[in-house]
Amino acid sequence: MYSKILKLRFPVTEVQKPVVCNLAREYDLVFNILNAGILPRKEGFMVLEISGSRKNFKDGVNYLKRQGVDVQNASQEIKRNEKKCTHCGSCTAVCPTGALSIKRPEMVVEFDQQKCSVCELCVTACPPRAMDVRPTDQLFFE
Amino acid sequence: MGSFKVQKTYQQINDKIRSGDVVVVTAEEMIDIVAANGPEEAAHEVDVVTTGTFAPMCSSGAFINFGHSAPGTKAAKVWINNVPAYGGIAAVDCYLGATEPCEDDPLNKVYPGEFLYGGGHVLQDLVAGKKVHIKATAYGTDCYPSREYEKIVTLKSLPQATLCNPRNGYQNYNCAVNLTNKTVYTYMGALKPRGGNANYCSAGQLSPLFNDPYYRTIGLGTRIFLGGGVGYVTWHGTQHRPGVKRAENGTPLNPAGTLWVMGDMQQMSPDWLVGVSIQGYGCSLAVGLGVPIPILNEEMARFTAVSDAEIFTQIVDYGNDYPKGKTSNLGQVSYAELKSGFITVKGKTIPSVPLSSMVKARQIAETLKQWIAAGTFELGTPQFTLPAA
Repeated sequence: MYSKILKLRFPVTEVQKPVVCNLAREYDLVFNILNAGILPRKEGFMVLEISGSRKNFKDGVNYLKRQGVDVQNASQEIKRNEKKCTHCGSCTAVCPTGALSIKRPEMVVEFDQQKCSVCELCVTACPPRAMDVRPTDQLFFE
Repeated sequence: MGSFKVQKTYQQINDKIRSGDVVVVTAEEMIDIVAANGPEEAAHEVDVVTTGTFAPMCSSGAFINFGHSAPGTKAAKVWINNVPAYGGIAAVDCYLGATEPCEDDPLNKVYPGEFLYGGGHVLQDLVAGKKVHIKATAYGTDCYPSREYEKIVTLKSLPQATLCNPRNGYQNYNCAVNLTNKTVYTYMGALKPRGGNANYCSAGQLSPLFNDPYYRTIGLGTRIFLGGGVGYVTWHGTQHRPGVKRAENGTPLNPAGTLWVMGDMQQMSPDWLVGVSIQGYGCSLAVGLGVPIPILNEEMARFTAVSDAEIFTQIVDYGNDYPKGKTSNLGQVSYAELKSGFITVKGKTIPSVPLSSMVKARQIAETLKQWIAAGTFELGTPQFTLPAA
């Protein structure tokens, strides 16, 4: 299951259209509205966590773009502070996706960001606190 | 002693270190050397075997003298970066323990607590050269009238800071599982319910005391790698229990011997003293420790050649048994199995998770090897060895 948080901006000409519900109806995507509002110039914005198969996600996003919706990535990601990591291995106990794993026989802890679901369990399980949550799109938080 | 075919003294080995003729290998390299040539030949060939371990080691801390202000203060209560230190030693001496959380820490009120800053973190900040804030209160005396003391200091500006760890380098430790139905947060890490993971904490074949199981060469005056600098073994550590059951090769099957170690913090580095936060449990300090083992005879060659497959520990249930002080009968497991990533408990295969860094342990053994080979580190002759019974 693929999941991502997106920030959508609806131009004033599009706000009257029922766009988001089609993600569920036409593209079999599940969405969770994290934030929504109307800006002073009647422009709408919405922060959605969208989950589904990778293909449906891609098709759904393309559909949004065709409707004139501005789509931006607002996801968070986990980054490892390489200076702080001691390669002890504690994090591998809690990582549910195998993104954090131990390479044997070197016993080096490897972090594969592609496999990371940003569940954040490693953040507090890491004794030297080497794992940080960061927005993937810095601009979104500025 | 007369029964050994190879007999070397500390003096002879140190002469070789000075002349540059010393042969030094790590405990992992020694395994293959003894397997290929036998212990007697290996004892002829090798003079020193280096070990290493890097893991959270509670029972660590530092004696810090912070010097007098004018007018003087007889500090009664002391805080460093808001972490309480024990001041009831003398006017401006204190002991800062690794597991002390900072004031106002929510502890486990929001369970499981995060324990983001404590004594161990202050020690790391000090060796990193960072500024720390010392505050003390006093009741005032005729000779030390000031009732308050406040100062920003760095390790360099302190008159003295001595790392003094009453219990480090545990010879073996339990393998922790949780057989209850809910996750528990222990000093052995997060343990998932119904035996979801098995956590262990030892460098195994590279760990100092597994390579000298009866403490034949380790005692007061043994010079060691400590926190990136040179330190010493000064006593047997607290909870030193040499009398536990042992395997035929001498390695204990339960937690056994421990080391009391000391060293000058000025030499140490934040790479080897790392403040840690153990979720739901507390703060601590991960310590880098390495002990050189002189190959005085073929018996020491045999001891230092011990491998993970021949070292065992007990599986203990930290969900129910350990908190109640009960013994678990879940069997024992070798470090080779533990390091493979999976062990079998009650017929179920569960992932095994290390808490001790082999990467750092290997770096320590390698560093100590280089120091000895370069002639900058000589062996300390122990005045007496640790109690073996």
